[in-house]
Amino acid sequence: MVALPALLPEELKKDFPILSRTVRGGRPLIYLDSGATSQKPRQVLDAEREFYEQRNAAVHRGAHLLAEEATEAFEGARATIAHFIGATDVREVVFTKNATESINLVAYSLSNAATSGSSASRFLVGPGDEILVTEMEHHANLVPWQQLCQRTGATLRWFGVTDEGRLDLSQIDELINERTKLVAMTHQSNVLGTVLPVQEIAAKARAAGALIVLDAAQSVPHIPVDVADLGVDFLAFSGHKMLGPSGIGVLWGRYDLLAAMPPFITGGSMIEVVRMEATTFMPPPQRFEAGVPMTAQAVGLAAACDYLTELGMDRVAAHEHALTEYGLAKLAEIPGLRLIGPSTAESRGGTLAFVVDGVHSHDLGQVLDELGIAVRVGHHCAWPLHRRFQAQATTRASLYLYNTLPDLDALADGVREAQKFFGTV
Amino acid sequence: MQLESMYQEIILDHYRRPHHKGLREPYEAEVHHVNPTCGDEVTLRVHLVGDVIEDVSYESLGCSISQASASVMSDLVIGKSVKDAMTIGDEFLALMQSRGSVEPDEDVLEDAVAFVGVSKYPARIKCALLGWMAWKDATSRALETAS
Repeated sequence: MVALPALLPEELKKDFPILSRTVRGGRPLIYLDSGATSQKPRQVLDAEREFYEQRNAAVHRGAHLLAEEATEAFEGARATIAHFIGATDVREVVFTKNATESINLVAYSLSNAATSGSSASRFLVGPGDEILVTEMEHHANLVPWQQLCQRTGATLRWFGVTDEGRLDLSQIDELINERTKLVAMTHQSNVLGTVLPVQEIAAKARAAGALIVLDAAQSVPHIPVDVADLGVDFLAFSGHKMLGPSGIGVLWGRYDLLAAMPPFITGGSMIEVVRMEATTFMPPPQRFEAGVPMTAQAVGLAAACDYLTELGMDRVAAHEHALTEYGLAKLAEIPGLRLIGPSTAESRGGTLAFVVDGVHSHDLGQVLDELGIAVRVGHHCAWPLHRRFQAQATTRASLYLYNTLPDLDALADGVREAQKFFGTV
Repeated sequence: MQLESMYQEIILDHYRRPHHKGLREPYEAEVHHVNPTCGDEVTLRVHLVGDVIEDVSYESLGCSISQASASVMSDLVIGKSVKDAMTIGDEFLALMQSRGSVEPDEDVLEDAVAFVGVSKYPARIKCALLGWMAWKDATSRALETAS
């Protein structure tokens, strides 16, 4: 196997203890499910352990030394993560449970605006207003907006998807209009791999006065993301998909917007003054971080950002681009395999979803699992998109920095083996 | 390879040539069940005559396990009394929850014994139960309609 110059060294796998374990029948693990969750390098695990062993305390409360050090670690992590996405103001980084919660935070804040007085009036949505999404959204960036429309009487509209798996922009000037209050879109599809022309859409949305929410759960881990360049108002991502721990996500938002938004989850830590009759709230980000936050997870996520920064996100993206080109070519050679998503690696990430004639994705996944290959099967939380492609379910291989060309060879061989097993070739 | 233990020939035969498939009249109850994790779905009708399951008809989309299981289920319950069929259903459920640790009773479960291998894979148990759960639901609705 000739290594492509863009590839990261294979020794990288050694940083990830889980990648050296064996699975079914003692086979080495080939992990192609990073779109669902990524594996964690030792550096992240060490950072979390070090926090618990040396500095663990509840942050932003208590005056003892540990509380001080824990708070410093937590706020230091916020700064690292802000820097990683190009945010210049650390107050714009709100910690959440995951990208799903980040998106719900915005959606609920918007409906809470109805009962939050005149200061929140710019966030009001109601009958006659439109919320614009796309047909390729993960349920996490679709259902919260459907629900917001149900609560407020606003109308949900969406961009379609072309047969090639690109966003259909032909109706953009009609879809984005003076009634559009908010545009929510994915940065990179978790099924198709398609990278959306975010700046172009955001510019039109901004001109129409709409808020722009970007689901960056599949982009921040894989490509350089700079919030200042994208032109969006909010950006959501999860820690666990980018080498970090589970249980932590981020909502980045423009400070002036966050500062005017009503809270979503209320309770301790997020208050300014509490009386029996009423309460005032802290400024962002604390306003949106009720309760004792996920501290060790924040430290772990910052360690993940450091790991990625050290490698260089440009190199990570180039590595995955090279793998994607290779994987697309390997899969294209297989008769009876239909790729769902762009057939070239242009503006496309390393998410390879496909159907195989005569072999249901569950059955295909089972054969691959038997070979030690972990993929995702089903609709990957994007049911409307699957309907759009008349695919009841797909098999999805999703790549990350620790994947290699032999991993993709194994995938292609495994698909052929499944075809043989089920007698379709 | 362990695959043969899950995909026994009986299962593959039912998958390729499912029994009693297609929606038929008459029926007292129709249900639509989905497996939300993968999108597999079944629409299923039950026709009762007195206490006897006269017909079970269905349309379904899904993996080999879910398709074969619906086919085997229809073979097992059609012509039985509701009580006897429910007993078979309970036996099948117990088999699926056994993680391969019980020896299935072929006299009761007939072709359904082939699913013992599936019970070792927790992620696939729901596939095997999809048709059965739909049948149970439809049957209790049909009984409600009758009473």
